[in-house]
Amino acid sequence: MDLDLMIISFPKLLSAALVTLKLLSISLIIGLFIGFLFAVLRLNKNPFINKFAYGYSYLFRGTPLLVQIFIIYFGLGQIEWLRSTFLWVILKEPYWCAISAFALNTGAYTSEILRSAFQTIKPGIIEAGKSLGISNQIILYKIQIPVAIRQSLPAYGNEIILMMKGTSLASTVTLMDITGVAKHIVSTTYKPLEVFLLAGGIYLFMTFIIHNLIKYLEKKYSFQ
Amino acid sequence: MDLLTFGKTGWGDELFYATLMTIAVAIAAMLIGFLFSLIFTPLKLSNNKFLNFIGNTYTTVIRGVPELLVIYLLFFGGSGAIMYVASIFGYFEYIEINAFMTGSVAIGIISGAYSTEVFRGAIQSIDKGQFEACKVLGFKKHIYFLKVIMPQMLRLAIPNLSNVWQITLKDTSLISVTGLVEIMRQSYIAAGSTRDPLFFYSFAAVLYLILTFISMKLINRLEAKYSRGF
Repeated sequence: MDLDLMIISFPKLLSAALVTLKLLSISLIIGLFIGFLFAVLRLNKNPFINKFAYGYSYLFRGTPLLVQIFIIYFGLGQIEWLRSTFLWVILKEPYWCAISAFALNTGAYTSEILRSAFQTIKPGIIEAGKSLGISNQIILYKIQIPVAIRQSLPAYGNEIILMMKGTSLASTVTLMDITGVAKHIVSTTYKPLEVFLLAGGIYLFMTFIIHNLIKYLEKKYSFQ
Repeated sequence: MDLLTFGKTGWGDELFYATLMTIAVAIAAMLIGFLFSLIFTPLKLSNNKFLNFIGNTYTTVIRGVPELLVIYLLFFGGSGAIMYVASIFGYFEYIEINAFMTGSVAIGIISGAYSTEVFRGAIQSIDKGQFEACKVLGFKKHIYFLKVIMPQMLRLAIPNLSNVWQITLKDTSLISVTGLVEIMRQSYIAAGSTRDPLFFYSFAAVLYLILTFISMKLINRLEAKYSRGF
């Protein structure tokens, strides 16, 4: 064990952790919007809209995240006419390519989580609202959405952790997140054990924080 | 479509063999994962605090660290670690471990952590009365486990194991960083030499979709078989 190397690389990895956190938070926020949109589409009665939303989530949950990143980063940049549209602003930057792949991916998983949360709301709660003469819109905003959010918290917490692990794939498209920096340090020092263990420790710490945050939220918003 | 013909001009046969490689890695990893869960599930269920701690550490650490990092650690650090162990026994030659082994072991360690959790959950949700009844009837330990607990556990575990299988199958794409020629790596090579990444990566996505679709159908059958009588 080369302790000096670990001490030297620790601050580098910590600043890379900021990149990881940025990637994670931006893609989670966009993914939440996408997830919410597609969850609503999934619950739509129109079979076409319904199937479309199902197809989206099937496509993104059935293929590896790595393929999705590569299609967006290497594949879409190849189409000539895309380069003259505004999409090129996103596609020419690996940073935004990675974020769009992460957001689309987590959006698919989030839509499934939210859909099942909406579907498992007890009909009695909604009926109670209706019998009290509350309008449908208020029932949606004040009853269905809060209950659904509470119910999807544990599953969404898992999704956040999965996504945090997923951001390590950003290193394959030249981004310098924790994994990217760790790999760079290893390629110059050839001490894989020390550096990767340290990087793993930082990831583990982040998982720990997210896990406890979700637990706290679950307790705070429990039904009791 | 010309790009997909079999033979020397197209990439069809290469991608076909790459798909077989992906399946092979996924199955090997799943089996290695079962071996790991065979060791760690009893540890997690044990009453001994120390054994319990070891079991929990394994599942927590592996599920909290990116898969890519585990693969890097094993791929770059693995041969070094093995050489270190070998040097203790007086063997100083360079040892190279092949990419298939490292890949399957790395993915196996990851999938093992997930299947450990699945088996633990399944055993814990079996009614306590079942264990007590077996003890009262004086069954030997391995018989009551094989004949009473195991069938019930499998029924409860299969739906979740199917998720683990899907995760494992998708994780095999990460092995491409080690140079093992599976779907992702082959698409990368093909995309590089034909300069048509969009086509080949999309085709890779289709291959993965086909694999996940077929395995879901097979698992549904298995599930039906094990839930007979319920």
